[in-house]
Amino acid sequence: MENNQTNTGNATVDIAYRRKKNAEEMRHQVITFTLMIFLTIIAFVAVGAGMSGWFTVPFILLLAAVQVVFQLYYFMHMSHKGHEAPALFLYSGLLVGLITVLAFVTIVWW
Amino acid sequence: MSTYAQKKGFGATVWDYLTTVDHKKIAVLYLIAGGFFFVVGGLEAMFIRIQLAVPNSDFVSAGMYNQILTMHGTTMIFLAAMPLLFGFMNAIMPLQIGARDVAFPFINALGFWLFFFGGVFLNLSWFLGGAPDAGWTSYASLSLASEGHGIDFYLLGLQISGAGTLMGGINFLVTIINMRAPGMTYMRMPLFTWTTFVASALILFAFPPLTVGIFLLMFDRLFGSNFFVTAAGGNTIIWEHLFWIFGHPEVYILVLPAFGIFSEIIPVFSRKRLFGYSSMVFATVLIGFLGFMVWAHHMFTVGLGPIANAIFAVATMAIAVPTGIKIFNWLFTMWGGSIKFTTPMYYAVAFIPSFLMGGVTGVMLASAAADYQYHDTYFVVAHFHYVIVGGVVFAILAGTAFYWPKMFGTMLNETLGKITFWLFFIGFHLTFFIQHFLGLWGMPRRIFTFLEGQGLETGNFVSTVGAFFMAAATVVLVINIIITTVKNEKVGNDPWGDGRTLEWAIPSPPPFYNFKQLPLVRGLDPLWIEKMEGKKGMTPAEPLGDIHMPNASFIPFVISFGLFVAAFGAMYRLDYGWGLPVLIIGLLITFGSMFLRSVKDDHGFHIHKEELIDEDDKGVKA
Amino acid sequence: MHAEEKMTLEKWPASPEKQTLEAKNKFLGFWLFLGGETVLFASLFATYLALKDKVPGPDHALAKDLFEIPLAFLMTMILLTSSLTSVYAMYHMKNFEFKKMQLWLGITVILGFGFLALEIYEFYHYVHHYGHTFTSSAFGSAFYTLVGFHGAHVAFGLAWIITLMVRNAKRGLSLYNAPKFYVASLYWHFIDVVWVFIFSVVYLMGMVG
Repeated sequence: MENNQTNTGNATVDIAYRRKKNAEEMRHQVITFTLMIFLTIIAFVAVGAGMSGWFTVPFILLLAAVQVVFQLYYFMHMSHKGHEAPALFLYSGLLVGLITVLAFVTIVWW
Repeated sequence: MSTYAQKKGFGATVWDYLTTVDHKKIAVLYLIAGGFFFVVGGLEAMFIRIQLAVPNSDFVSAGMYNQILTMHGTTMIFLAAMPLLFGFMNAIMPLQIGARDVAFPFINALGFWLFFFGGVFLNLSWFLGGAPDAGWTSYASLSLASEGHGIDFYLLGLQISGAGTLMGGINFLVTIINMRAPGMTYMRMPLFTWTTFVASALILFAFPPLTVGIFLLMFDRLFGSNFFVTAAGGNTIIWEHLFWIFGHPEVYILVLPAFGIFSEIIPVFSRKRLFGYSSMVFATVLIGFLGFMVWAHHMFTVGLGPIANAIFAVATMAIAVPTGIKIFNWLFTMWGGSIKFTTPMYYAVAFIPSFLMGGVTGVMLASAAADYQYHDTYFVVAHFHYVIVGGVVFAILAGTAFYWPKMFGTMLNETLGKITFWLFFIGFHLTFFIQHFLGLWGMPRRIFTFLEGQGLETGNFVSTVGAFFMAAATVVLVINIIITTVKNEKVGNDPWGDGRTLEWAIPSPPPFYNFKQLPLVRGLDPLWIEKMEGKKGMTPAEPLGDIHMPNASFIPFVISFGLFVAAFGAMYRLDYGWGLPVLIIGLLITFGSMFLRSVKDDHGFHIHKEELIDEDDKGVKA
Repeated sequence: MHAEEKMTLEKWPASPEKQTLEAKNKFLGFWLFLGGETVLFASLFATYLALKDKVPGPDHALAKDLFEIPLAFLMTMILLTSSLTSVYAMYHMKNFEFKKMQLWLGITVILGFGFLALEIYEFYHYVHHYGHTFTSSAFGSAFYTLVGFHGAHVAFGLAWIITLMVRNAKRGLSLYNAPKFYVASLYWHFIDVVWVFIFSVVYLMGMVG
């Protein structure tokens, strides 16, 4: 088993160490969540305040992109090791998807 | 669990195949089903050519002709070419990377059965009120107006079989990423494995747009939505985009594995390593990448505007560069090699100029301005048949001859194989070369007849004669297969004598666990390396130990069958009272069996070391 | 290490979702599937954007007439929170605390049902107050297909998580079921990722006009 865990040979020490690490990560997750809620509120407020579409549309799309990065890298652990292939395929899918969307907002004529 | 060496009755064999999760048996299923649909699609092609042999023909009616033409294209792409290639991928790719199995044996089986039931469903349309008749592209403006259920068969059948293809693609990707033998780095993978990898990635990203497109059209036809109904604000161009965002990568899904097969055959029979291996890999990946940037070249005449047309024209022409790299690499591999002209090598040598012609007309078609002249003429028909027959079908025929001994343990007859080749090669060029000119002379595509005195008689007649040559070639191939199967003369590990890759290091056909001990891979063409050092086989990378294998399962069949039933319900829901209940029953079968699968643990079983040692003793005799 | 082996806290590894080969395959295969799902939803988004506000006549409701901030905000908050609760579930999974994991998964499921209920109410509202239906216009077809596909994903995810919870309620965590829980939680996060785009592109941009 090539699992890359820190091993002192002492089970209880290991467990304690890992729990501490997990707890720390969980704290980061909660911070991430708070930021996501915050970004969401800003997006809704920006629209609710009735600012010009030229500002709000790019702004909320940017906020959405940031939120998605949070989801992927923290909630879905893409920041951890061993996610090279998932990242490659997710970004490839994203690229194909973006090209599709781009085409549909430009060359689906009327 | 040592049932594998025993003789079985017919019923037991059928049950074995219905429940198998072994990639080699699934490969056989793919070959049988794909071969069957290939014959069906071929018959449809013959009807097309007979109808067009003479002017003013009434062999079939105009409406019937539309159905035949639609089903020919749809069958050949979705139900023949792709499954046949999937057959080779299943049979060979895991062996090439030194894996005992694929990553998801269950899903692999499910993928096959979905494809199979989808294909059967689509073809049942012939007996249930008429086949689809809007072309394989099924443009929404036309298909929405099509009466009867033909188009519904197309939509539901392709939706089911498309889901199967997607599963197959994910399975291959994970197999290649996770299950390579020790030492088998990415840059030591055989080209066929590489092309399987890239083609599977294309499947992963190209099939979802098709799924969406089919859903939209299905909703429009069966559930009253308005995606393509212009009166309600809809837009039929959406279908064209979605279809070609799928449809163009689809061409590369077909042709890349074909390239892979030839990249295996040419080094073996030139007895030289593949020239420019890394540039081949690079070209494969680049073709896959560019394949997603070019779909709108199918839509130049839609009126997307000069900027869009120019971008897509340039992107399309760019694909000629990596393809050219490949052509030169194959030529340089042969250059200076000691070439053995076997049947697979015949196809490989004939493939290069044939495919090249398809590529050159491709660049012609990519010039957006000129395309206005070629669009929807026989020039296009000639072009894509040069690419798909000259590339993909040649590769399938070559692969059949090349891998038959590995899959079935016996060699196809070489003389008959060469007869097949010559008949097919001559017939192919006879049929399609003249079609370039028919197109330039003004013959539109998808037309059911033409008049005398339009200058199209001779060309069409020549084309029809060629089609009969190809039919004869297929007959000879079938005879060859029957004779070979009856004779059943067993061959050893490396029947061609010059195998370079791992699949030739194990018995033909391989035992169901493939490798008793995983091999240690020391470089590109691992078996060749060992041979050059005077060794007989691969050095094992691990001591003999228990092997973990998956259990057979009937559930994939049932899941697919449920969708097959549900499709009938969905289609006849508005016509008959029983439609809705049947739809619900079908979905219950599918989801019920999925549920059963997920709550019932399946840990597989182990083949014990002792049994493997016993096998060793018996193995010496064979 | 066999997957079905009875587990203890001492033996529980740091990454239980990736211990066996089957688990590694499942993990990777599911990520690849999500890559494909990305394209699927992108195609639906693209269709929606192309058909947004395309209606047969001037009396049909448009995006800016339909969408309201409070409901979209509430749905967003519920689904976002459910994403966090499933993170908590995985946190306890890694710590080999089965009961706590089940508890947090249970909360996730409840939030998921809440979201689904609001969505059904929302659709009902549009149909009955605005005559905005699946068949009334191309805009309606595109809207219900995009949002409905997402809703169907939520429903499927709920069925999946509940099945896992019930099936494993009595036997606790093992290396056989840990990857199943992990993958289900990935799916749940992905649903949330899609929703982030739905609330931004459909609702917020719809209200901007």
